[in-house]
Amino acid sequence: MAPIARPNVAQPLSPHLQIYRWTWTMAMSVFHRITGTALYGGTALVAIWLVALASGPRAYGAVAWFFGSWIGLLILFAYTWVLLHHMLGGLRHFVWDTGYGYDKPKRLGLARATLIGSVTLTLVIWLLAVVLR
Amino acid sequence: MSKVDPRQDARLSIRTPRSRVKGLGASGHGADHFWMQRLTGASNALLMIAFVVIVAKMWGRPYPEAVALVAQPIVAILLVLAVVSVTIHMRLGMQVVIEDYVHDTGLKFAALTANTFYAVVVAAACLYAIVRVGLGGLV
Repeated sequence: MAPIARPNVAQPLSPHLQIYRWTWTMAMSVFHRITGTALYGGTALVAIWLVALASGPRAYGAVAWFFGSWIGLLILFAYTWVLLHHMLGGLRHFVWDTGYGYDKPKRLGLARATLIGSVTLTLVIWLLAVVLR
Repeated sequence: MSKVDPRQDARLSIRTPRSRVKGLGASGHGADHFWMQRLTGASNALLMIAFVVIVAKMWGRPYPEAVALVAQPIVAILLVLAVVSVTIHMRLGMQVVIEDYVHDTGLKFAALTANTFYAVVVAAACLYAIVRVGLGGLV
């Protein structure tokens, strides 16, 4: 294959995120990637929790104490929202995979439903957890 | 060393151009990555409901009760499934993020390797712990 000839001058780069006006769909796309990355790191907490359980009462006591502290509870609360937001974002992608929901009102509705749904579900789960305990 | 993949050079390959691209695409893996991400996404959605319930039930319980809960076969099996599904899904997801943002070949290779190592270590640690608790004898 012949090499592609490139002009020897600085070419304009394609604009990136900071150029565009924020929209719902763009924000939810960015959120999906950020929450996915956060969950990626969060699995280490799950591993620590399970390994502590297998290690004995001392190790588990330390982990249980941490997740019972206010910072631990804050992490669990944030974790719940991040998990649910990423889950609903994924379900939104499943809807798109079928070819449905690409027109403007539908994609705006889906993007809003992702955020409203994740916040609502997080509050419902924590309310249930507190009430049923 | 030529940067062009010799398999892509029609003068060196006996395969027809169509057979070279059929069902595989640029990465040579077809839709495997996309499909596996969707498949584990669907299983994650179901398994995470169980996971949230299990964590909520365990929170604040003394050690013997927490062990007894995870040692129940249904709980242990659900946790094993969740760990397998989640670690495959997160490895694929982080792979896309790395491929999008890390352009230096060496750095990308290192990041992709570290990504796989991390996913395998998390999976091995979680699975060992669940089996250890499930086999009993801890309390």
